[in-house]
Amino acid sequence: MDRHDLIIIGGGPAGLAAAISARENGIEDILILERDVRLGGILNQCIHNGFGLHTFKEELTGPEYAERYAKRVIEAGIPYKLNTICADISPDREVTYVNAEEGCVTVKAGAVILAMGCRERPRGALGLPGFRQAGVYTAGTAQRLMNIEGYMVGREVVILGSGDIGLIMARRMTLEGAKVKVVAELMPYSGGLKRNIVQCLDDFGIPLRLSHTVTRVHGKERVEGVTISEVGPDRRPIPGTEEFYSCDTLLLSCGLLPENELSKSAGVRLSRVTGGAEVNESLETSVPGVFSCGNVLHVHDLVDYVSEEASRAGKNAAAFIKAGGVRERGRAIALKGEGGVRYTVPQFIDRANMEDKLTVRFRVGDVYKGKSLAVYYDGKEVRRVKKRVMAPGEMEELVIMKSSLPENTEEIIIRVED
Amino acid sequence: MEIHELTCIRCPIGCQLTVTVDGESVKVEGNNCPRGAEYGAKEVTNPTRTVTSSVRVRGGELPLVSVKTATDVPKDRIFAVMEEIHALTVDAPVHTGDVLIHSVAGTDSDVVATKTVM
Repeated sequence: MDRHDLIIIGGGPAGLAAAISARENGIEDILILERDVRLGGILNQCIHNGFGLHTFKEELTGPEYAERYAKRVIEAGIPYKLNTICADISPDREVTYVNAEEGCVTVKAGAVILAMGCRERPRGALGLPGFRQAGVYTAGTAQRLMNIEGYMVGREVVILGSGDIGLIMARRMTLEGAKVKVVAELMPYSGGLKRNIVQCLDDFGIPLRLSHTVTRVHGKERVEGVTISEVGPDRRPIPGTEEFYSCDTLLLSCGLLPENELSKSAGVRLSRVTGGAEVNESLETSVPGVFSCGNVLHVHDLVDYVSEEASRAGKNAAAFIKAGGVRERGRAIALKGEGGVRYTVPQFIDRANMEDKLTVRFRVGDVYKGKSLAVYYDGKEVRRVKKRVMAPGEMEELVIMKSSLPENTEEIIIRVED
Repeated sequence: MEIHELTCIRCPIGCQLTVTVDGESVKVEGNNCPRGAEYGAKEVTNPTRTVTSSVRVRGGELPLVSVKTATDVPKDRIFAVMEEIHALTVDAPVHTGDVLIHSVAGTDSDVVATKTVM
């Protein structure tokens, strides 16, 4: 069986940044497995701008951002395989991949970085009533058809869910000549970034109906329209509020789910909140030598943070490999979100292995105005940060300083408080 | 006198701005910082956007190449820019940064490729 020091599953923004970082930290023998026809992952279809403000201090489109990282991987001579799908990862880091040239191959990895990204919540998970008509797409599928394959997916469009991809597609379809009639959002707030609501909806006069959902999809062979109803605080439709919109296309932008089937086969413990792996300060999963980063770990809003996180995973995987695959693990400090903080990444900290500053990322479960984030070490408040606005659609972060963290700490809790 | 209601997008707070235009004077209210005042004033006097889209490619590995306006264009020119983009087909290869349309729709911005299609 062939062996590589590091195998990275996925050649999107996370996988590319992880590979570059691992190489910079001294790992020569790296292999990236990518299922698509080119490197860059989902960025290749995200042709809008707004990427890279943090990383490059300029506003790039998705393909430009991807190309910058892909170029660095190619210039560094890091090997990658395209059109290659990873079929299995075993708990002892045997990676099985499949492609047309080699068939089915199993290789041993010194360390594995999971960078498979996420997928969209599909129609079947939404309980949408109606027949299985043509004309219902997830927003990302429509984005791929329009931006990569060159198909116009519809002329009269209703969008369910106000996630960022749905908002971006509202603008994209409008520019291509479609009429986007309405965006319906089940929650009383949008799941997307503010700038997308302004530049993708407000700019084109597309209404956003909060606390509304699709209660019927009309048409048998093809979508002919949808019924939209207002929902109450219990998120159930309110009878008598039904409104009919004629349309030939319904786009779904109802959330993203980390794609962790391979992680499961490797025996990685997953978080029920994020759907991604539970990781420690080194972004290492419950399986030693298997690291996770990017949208497969938890869904991000900004690719800049994916790249930054993936660089850390690459660096930590390099340290694991250089230590011969055995790293002393100290006692784990549990890191938890409570009282409005839905989760944290990482979930555990081994103080001995942490760097001087550790960035903790998390999301809140509701819209909060004028509240604070409080950090407790073993029940003792150590920090309080006032926040003007926090919303589920915008990821938050806090830095934990190693110098502030007593060695015998058992538990760190982050809470939303007045 | 014109009054505009808009949401500031300079940061995630998203202040609700009220911008009052009275002849030469532009007054921004509701902002919490100077960036909001600047945003509000620009949005009502000279709003601009980067336009991104795609252009058909003949003989390439992909049927489309993604494009953008190299600089922002006036917001009311967006659909004029799109018309020129729709009318265009280019031959492969196309490289990131290649200028595909000079001074698009009478603006001083070029349409450039944002992807390499061999």
